[in-house]
Amino acid sequence: MIPAAAETTLRLDANWVDYLLVALYFAFVLGIGIAAKRSVSSSIDFFLSGRSLPAWVTGLAFISANLGAVEIIGMSANGANYGIPTVHYFWIGAVPAMLFLGVVMMPFYYGSKVRSVPEFMRRRFGTGAHLVNALSFAVAQLLIAGINLYLLASIVEILLGWPLWVSLLLAAAVVLTYTALGGLSAAIYNEVLQFFVIVAALLPLTIVGLYKVGGWDGLTDRITATTGGSEQLSSWPGTALTGIDSPVLSVIGLVFGLGFVLSFGYWTTNFVEVQRAMASSSISAAQRAPIIGAFPKMFIPFIVILPGMIAGVLITEIAEPKAAGGEPDYNNALLYMIRDLLPNGMLGVAIAGLLASFMAGMAANISAFNTVFSYDLWQTYVRKDKPDDYYTSVGRIATVGATLTAIGTATFAASYSNIMDYLQTLFGFFNAPLFATFILGMFWKRMTPTAGWMGLVSGTLAAVFVGILSEDALGGLSTGVLPLSGQGASFVAAGAAFVVDILVSVAVSVMTKPKAESELKGLVYSLTPKSDFHDENEGALPWFQQPTKLAGIGLVIVIVLNILFW
Amino acid sequence: MAHSTRPDTGKVKRRAGVFDIRTFIAALIGLYGLVLVILGLVGPSEEQLQKSNGLDINLWAGLGMLIAAALFQGWAMWRPVVVPKDTTTPSESDDR
Repeated sequence: MIPAAAETTLRLDANWVDYLLVALYFAFVLGIGIAAKRSVSSSIDFFLSGRSLPAWVTGLAFISANLGAVEIIGMSANGANYGIPTVHYFWIGAVPAMLFLGVVMMPFYYGSKVRSVPEFMRRRFGTGAHLVNALSFAVAQLLIAGINLYLLASIVEILLGWPLWVSLLLAAAVVLTYTALGGLSAAIYNEVLQFFVIVAALLPLTIVGLYKVGGWDGLTDRITATTGGSEQLSSWPGTALTGIDSPVLSVIGLVFGLGFVLSFGYWTTNFVEVQRAMASSSISAAQRAPIIGAFPKMFIPFIVILPGMIAGVLITEIAEPKAAGGEPDYNNALLYMIRDLLPNGMLGVAIAGLLASFMAGMAANISAFNTVFSYDLWQTYVRKDKPDDYYTSVGRIATVGATLTAIGTATFAASYSNIMDYLQTLFGFFNAPLFATFILGMFWKRMTPTAGWMGLVSGTLAAVFVGILSEDALGGLSTGVLPLSGQGASFVAAGAAFVVDILVSVAVSVMTKPKAESELKGLVYSLTPKSDFHDENEGALPWFQQPTKLAGIGLVIVIVLNILFW
Repeated sequence: MAHSTRPDTGKVKRRAGVFDIRTFIAALIGLYGLVLVILGLVGPSEEQLQKSNGLDINLWAGLGMLIAAALFQGWAMWRPVVVPKDTTTPSESDDR
C-alpha cells in the first residue's frame, strides 16, 4: 500500500494533452465493448467468444490478463529491491509453465469441450472436487478484482489528485460496461489493445531510464557500487529474493517451489488464463495461444523489472534509503520513474498504460468469475435446464454483482503491505494443490472422485498450516515457528501443498472405488484416442503453427536468456 | 472432438468476423504517435527536456508508434478477416 506521505510528492504535472490521450484510450475501450456486443448471440459467444478467436489474439490476451496492477507495480518493485533475480518469475516461473500448458494440458481442456476448468474437475472427479474448486476460484477472483480496483483508485488519487471513490466508481463502471455488453470477446479484445498500450507506455520509459543512467554498463556500474550490488546482477541463487539463506535450498525453493509448483499451478489451472486459450478457434490454436503468449512474456522483464532496477539507483527517494540499508517504498518505484523521466505527452500515455493494466487485470477476473458462476454454480447446482439465453442473462447479472463486490472488497487489499506476498499467499492456498490433482487425474486413471476432493482440501490445509508456522505469510496469524518469511514462505507452502495433495490422493485412491473407464474418455491420457488430442491436420500446418515445434523454439530462447543473465 | 456435446456450439454465422481488432490497435497507437510527434517537433520546454537529459522522447516514441500503427494497418489489409459466407465455418477441426 502506498503511504500518505507519498501523496503530495508523487503528484504528476499532467496537462490537457495528457488527459486527452487518456480520454482517447477510454473511448477505444468502450468502442470495442460496443463492437463486440454485436457478435454475442449465444451463451458460448458471451462466455467463450464462440470459440472463434485466432491464436495471436488469445495468446496476447493470455498474458495481458495477468499483466495487471500486481504484475506491473509488484515486479518493478521486486526489480528495485532484488534486481535481476526477479526474472525467475518469468524465466523459471511463467514461461516453462505456459509452454507446458500448450503442449500437455490444453488438449485435455479443449479436446473434452468443457467450458471451464472447474467443469473439467466435475467431469473427472464429480461434485466434491468441483465444488471446492469452483467456490474457491470464484471467491479468489472477487478478492483479486477488488485488489486491482483498489490499486487503480489509490494510484489515480496519488498521481492525479482525484478522490479515491471517484476513480473507484469510474473504473468499475467502465469495466462493467464493456464486460457486460460484449462478454469475453470484449474483455479479450480489450486485453490485446491494453497489451500494446502498456508496451507503448513502458518501453519509452525504459529507454529514457537507460539513456539517463548511462546505458546498460552505466546501470551495472552503479548497481555494483552499492553494497551487495553484485548479488543484484546475477539471477542465481537469489537468496535475497527467497529469503532462504542457504544458496542450495534457495535454488531448490526457486526451481521446485516457484517454478514447478506455484507457476505450473497458476498458469495451467487458473481459469482466468486458460479461459483465453479456450476461446480459440481450433485445438491447435488453443494449444498455440499460451505458447505464442510465452514469447512476449519472456521479454516483459525488460520493460518491467529493468525500470525498477533503474529506479533503484536513479530515483532519490528509492536509491538513498536503499544504499543506506533502509526500507524505501519499492512499490512506488515505477511511479517515481514516470514522474521524474517523462515529459507531458508520454506522461499521458504512461497514465493510460497504468490504467489499462489495472483494468485488464480486473476485467479478466470478472469475466472468468461470471463464467464459473453461471456455468459451474448456477447452471450446475441451482437452475439446470433453462434455455441458453437465460444463462447469458445470468452472466450479465453476475458481472454486475461481481463488480459491486469488487468495489466492496477493494478496501480488503489495504491491510496488506506487500502486494506480491499477499497474492503469492493466495496462489499457494488455491493453486498448488490444484496442479497436483489435475496432473495426477489426467495421467492416472485409477485416481478416484473421493481422492479428488480430499487431495485438494488437504493440500490447501497444508499450505495454510505452513503459512501459520511461518514468520509473516499470514500476518498476525503467523507464529514464526519456521524461519521463513516473504516469498520463501510462499514457495515452501506451495511445495507442501503439492506433496501433501499427491500423498493423500494416492492413499485415498487405493482405498476407494475409481470411476468407470468409459466415463473418463477425453479426461485421462491413457483412455483417450491420440486423434482427440491433436489436430488431425497438424502435420499439414506450416512449422510456425505447430504447437510442439513452436514450444521447442520458446524453450531454447528462454534457456538462452537464463544463461545470459546467470 | 468428433462431435460437439452441446447443442449451442452448433455452427452459427460468425458476425464477429466484421470486427478487426488490428484496425483498432492501429488507430489508437497511430493517434498516440501523431500527438507525440507533434509535441516532440513543437519542442518541449527546457525544463521538460531536462527530465530525460535532453532526449526528446516524445518525438522518438511517437515515431515508433507511427511505425507500429502502420505495420498493424498493413497486416490487417494484407490478411483481412474473412466473414464466412454460409453456416459451416471452414476451420481445421470442423470439416469432417
